[in-house]
Amino acid sequence: MTALTEYRTSPPPPQKMENDQTQFRQFVRQFLNSRLAVAGLVVFVLMVLAAILAPLVAPQDPYDLNTLNIMNSFLPPRSEDFMGEYVFWLGSDGQGRDMLSGMLYGLRTSLTVGVGSAIIACMFGASMGLMAGFFGGRFDALVMRLVDLHLSFPTILIAMMILAFLGPGLVNVVVAIIVVEWAYYARTVRATALVENQREYMEAADSLVLGRARKVFRHLLPNCLPPLIVIATIQVARAISLEATLSFLGLGVPITEPSLGLLISNGYEQVIAGRYWISVYPGVALLILIVSINLVGDHLREILNPSNQR
Amino acid sequence: MTTWLFRRLLQAAMVVLAMTIIVFVGLHVVGDPVTTFAPPEATQADLARIRENLGLDRPFALQYVSFLSDLVRGDLGTSYVYGVPALELVLSRMPATFELAATAMAISIVIGIGLGIYCGLYPEKSVSRAIMAGSIFGFSLPTFWVGIMLIMLFSVELGWLPSGGRGETVTVLGLRWSFLTWDGLAHLLLPAINLALFKMSLLLRLTRAIVRETLPKDYVKFARAKGLPERRVLGVHVLKNIMIPIVTIIGLELGSVVAFAVVTETVFAWPGMGKLIIDSIQILDRPVILAYLIIIVLMFVVLNLIVDILYAVLDPRVRQGMMS
Repeated sequence: MTALTEYRTSPPPPQKMENDQTQFRQFVRQFLNSRLAVAGLVVFVLMVLAAILAPLVAPQDPYDLNTLNIMNSFLPPRSEDFMGEYVFWLGSDGQGRDMLSGMLYGLRTSLTVGVGSAIIACMFGASMGLMAGFFGGRFDALVMRLVDLHLSFPTILIAMMILAFLGPGLVNVVVAIIVVEWAYYARTVRATALVENQREYMEAADSLVLGRARKVFRHLLPNCLPPLIVIATIQVARAISLEATLSFLGLGVPITEPSLGLLISNGYEQVIAGRYWISVYPGVALLILIVSINLVGDHLREILNPSNQR
Repeated sequence: MTTWLFRRLLQAAMVVLAMTIIVFVGLHVVGDPVTTFAPPEATQADLARIRENLGLDRPFALQYVSFLSDLVRGDLGTSYVYGVPALELVLSRMPATFELAATAMAISIVIGIGLGIYCGLYPEKSVSRAIMAGSIFGFSLPTFWVGIMLIMLFSVELGWLPSGGRGETVTVLGLRWSFLTWDGLAHLLLPAINLALFKMSLLLRLTRAIVRETLPKDYVKFARAKGLPERRVLGVHVLKNIMIPIVTIIGLELGSVVAFAVVTETVFAWPGMGKLIIDSIQILDRPVILAYLIIIVLMFVVLNLIVDILYAVLDPRVRQGMMS
């Protein structure tokens, strides 16, 4: 039995190697067609690199209290520190912390929380959707009822409810974002899985008496990927934005690990005093990050949406 | 139709019941309410007595049932901070939120649908392209940051508009309203624009897509072939048909505007329910959190119900489908 399945279960489409490669090349070529999307991708990759390399590229370690001096507080952009040795390109905050360094570290928190929670939500939501589409029946009805209920409430309300139960904190924000986002993945994957489940290759897999897990993960899942990728891209941007909003509201990440949203929040009171840079620059960074992801997502949707190809 | 309505009502009641269970379990099982408001020097015996007084030593199912019966009587406990009934407190903040949400919704409907129709009719014009590009920013800009930028520009730099609060209010029908005084209107403008921005982009994109979908349809071609003036074709034949999905979306977004008002209210120190709930979550004022969540869940369920019914009233095809 195993020998037989090993022998004849080349997943669809037929002539896998060749076809996959040309398909992938075609995808890359189509992606490169849009200058905006490529620019978005480049900016996003640069920001990820900047976040990963923050300890190396940041002029200052914003968490190291020894490097901070209260004499440097609230310096406007491009001013030197009081010793005249160091330039605050984007100004400093109330503790004399270099804004640029703070933003690089904030980017780290924002990206970790956003991408991390989006990935976990994707895995959970996609599994639920895949199983609902594959098994159908009661399980499908239950999951979809839950998804409908979920999507009838706005994201911010659900996130607020979770954080009201659990209290603020980094892990709790991740939990809140996962709870908010899983339904979007589940709905999308389930819709695709329902269609794909009727295809010939699934019938072929049936007639080969393959195990359920194998059918779902090796045959069904790869064919549900295109819409999943589109959703995942856009949900990463939404997760980052949601985290920033929650942190601004004081329900998010702790002050010890400020994200871009918390940096903006810290600068909020200073805006009235005319110290614009503490809120503006982290906001611009956040905006660039979200727009670059959305540009990539928009174009991916155009390429991967089957109705646009025919 | 009656069977459908009855089923739909039952479903709505089930959702409310399910949400009360979730909220009750969430607020009363995760974390111990006693430790949050007992004085730090309280002994174990004191804590046990408080627990007994609050009925927290009883079986969980019993606690839930007594919570439900209190809920039906409109008793959601007393705010730890303000010392007044929580429900009353939340309800007293409601008009401010509704005023803000309604103004924001009006702005986004007028501008969003207007521009959306324009962009749908003339998709190739450069103005339309510029509007569409701008709407991407409407989506991507985090609301709270836009709010801060609005304050920075119009309150701090230019000094045209106030940065927060509700301003002077007038009491009409027993409620205080801002939009009836110049000062109140000035206070309302920035928050309303801030809250409207996201919905405006959403409505704009939606309207444009629907208009573009509708224009090549047969009945539009037929109306033109009959020699009807363009104004009548667009104003009656097209507009009537695009209104159905748009009204649905507006109905559904109405609730979402009230929920998202939380962010705008925090930025502009607008004294509505949203500001209250954020403050209450931070100081763990459980009765107020509970009252807010119950009220807002109820509001959503009712809104969804109304939209469903309206949908059936507006669209004869849906009505027909429900009969059979």
